[in-house]
Amino acid sequence: MHTEPVIEACDLVKQYKGITAVAGVDFQVCRGECFGLLGPNGAGKSSTVKMIYCFSPVTGGTIKVLGMDVREQPRQIKARLGVVAQENNLDPELTVMQNLLSYAGFYGIPPDAARQRAQELLNFFELADRAGQKVDTLSGGMKRKLTIARGLINNPDILILDEPTTGLDPQARHMVWQRLNNLRDRGVTLLLTTHYLDEAHQLCDRLVIMYGGKILEQGTPHELVAKHIGSEVVEVGRGSAEAGSIIGQVAQLIRGHLVVGDILYLYPVDGRELMRELGRLRLTRLSLRPGTLEDVFLKLTGKGLGEV
Amino acid sequence: MFRLVDIAPPLVWQVFRRNFTVYRRTWMVSMSFNFIEPLLYLAAMGIGLGGYVSSMEGMPYLNFLAPGLTVSSAMFAAAYECTYGSYVRMEYQKIYDAIIATPASAGDVVLGDMLWGSFKSLLYGSVILLVILVLGLVQSPWALLVPPVLWLAGLTFAAMSMAWIGLVPNIDSFNYYFSLIVTPLFLLSGIFFPLTGLAAPVLAIAWFSPLYHAVQVVRSLVNGNVSPALWGDVLWLAVATLVLVPLALRLMHKLLVK
Ligand SMILES: Nc1ncnc2c1ncn2[C@@H]1O[C@H](COP(=O)(O)OP(=O)(O)OP(=O)(O)O)[C@@H](O)[C@H]1O
Ligand SMILES: [Mg+2]
Repeated sequence: MHTEPVIEACDLVKQYKGITAVAGVDFQVCRGECFGLLGPNGAGKSSTVKMIYCFSPVTGGTIKVLGMDVREQPRQIKARLGVVAQENNLDPELTVMQNLLSYAGFYGIPPDAARQRAQELLNFFELADRAGQKVDTLSGGMKRKLTIARGLINNPDILILDEPTTGLDPQARHMVWQRLNNLRDRGVTLLLTTHYLDEAHQLCDRLVIMYGGKILEQGTPHELVAKHIGSEVVEVGRGSAEAGSIIGQVAQLIRGHLVVGDILYLYPVDGRELMRELGRLRLTRLSLRPGTLEDVFLKLTGKGLGEV
Repeated sequence: MFRLVDIAPPLVWQVFRRNFTVYRRTWMVSMSFNFIEPLLYLAAMGIGLGGYVSSMEGMPYLNFLAPGLTVSSAMFAAAYECTYGSYVRMEYQKIYDAIIATPASAGDVVLGDMLWGSFKSLLYGSVILLVILVLGLVQSPWALLVPPVLWLAGLTFAAMSMAWIGLVPNIDSFNYYFSLIVTPLFLLSGIFFPLTGLAAPVLAIAWFSPLYHAVQVVRSLVNGNVSPALWGDVLWLAVATLVLVPLALRLMHKLLVK
């Protein structure tokens, strides 16, 4: 099922007056999957998705969405996408319901059908009791849900979400994740950007890691962790000064290592065995934990996602 | 192929409709405020100054003044709408961005907003027309043709204002727009006094004022002294609109599409 590509980006480049935001990326999104662009601030995630939803002209390379070229058929492409932009852009002068109906007009949905669809979406996002209220009266999480609902008004083939949960409290984030998982189960293709690893883990079937306008890696979260890290990581606090000697003594027990700041990260073949060995070396401040995308990112860039 | 901008009329209409939906909630308040200013001018200038000026171009001063105020009311409506109004929608409320993510293009949004501005001109100017009708200052059934002229002039002003946003996209710049362009037009377009006595250079400048031409036409219609020469003024407005609308679309496209 996950084979037919609905988005194909080929050597995609975006420049703004001298700034290169996207420096030649290639990826494909398949029908029915949740595809993630994971990267820190300024990585070029928004620039990439804006080109996909025909908001921002392509500087170089090509993108095909649902088989159509973004340069040739922007209106036809946009008719079949749903977009949730990074900045909240609900219409503050309209009510919750009017926001959905006004948007429906731009997709040429007849008023009766629009009203019915809007009501379904409000039910799905648990906003039905707010239908008549102005948007300013909603909480941050409700606004985000309404923005997603609005993006679904035209029953899109693909829903594009630019940082769907940035700025939300943990509870609201979980609410949004749940709904997005739900949508994916119903067969909506999702393309999302995020700089949260847990979000990428929770939602994405496949993802690319973007950094400085380029794609560093792509695959499933599991594949990426397995390929670069293995299943476990041992952190040696204040281990950087003696890194050379520690590594020398446990060389057979690790698949790789990384020094960032004063922490030494070891990628063990067998975590417990390595812990025992490190214990014998009288090292304290040891911790053994599962490998994550954060470790992958750290290894690829030498920086944590939060510190770029 | 030479394509100026990409426009889809049904989506332009949707932009207009969105603004109309918002306006429906507040029209009473906004309209009544819009009343006050022209009426103050009518009272202060018409009655106050009119006491000293027995006649202007062969008519009582109030009859000279009133038609011009319908046009200036129309001008201010579009000028405010397509500077502050449009800019707030674009920059602070991000409504343009939201709409451009639907099948609508940047051109659809900007044209829809300009048509909305021209509609407000039509509305606000016509309301003043009704007021002066009630006050007995409308002399001729030719006045029935005033609303279309208000609309055309409104579109000219909407496009001019939108082009200003495209050139100086900054909310503080609108002060300059009003004090350097709109207010001088208001004072020097033959609303308060005829321009015939002025020096040639001033007259030449006035000829470039859309307001001047609109005032000429509307005053003649309201007072019933129509002549074929008015077609010249209408043509002037039509040409100005045909130049300014694409210009505004072009400038705004540059601003919106990055
Ligand atoms: N309209 C613009 N004009 C000029 N430069 C821009 C514009 N938009 C983005 N950039 C630049 O392009 C680069 C990539 O920005 P982009 O918004 O795509 O990153 P991002 O990955 O979405 O980051 P964030 O997580 O902060 O949203 C940045 O250096 C940014 O400053
Ligand atoms: Mg972004």
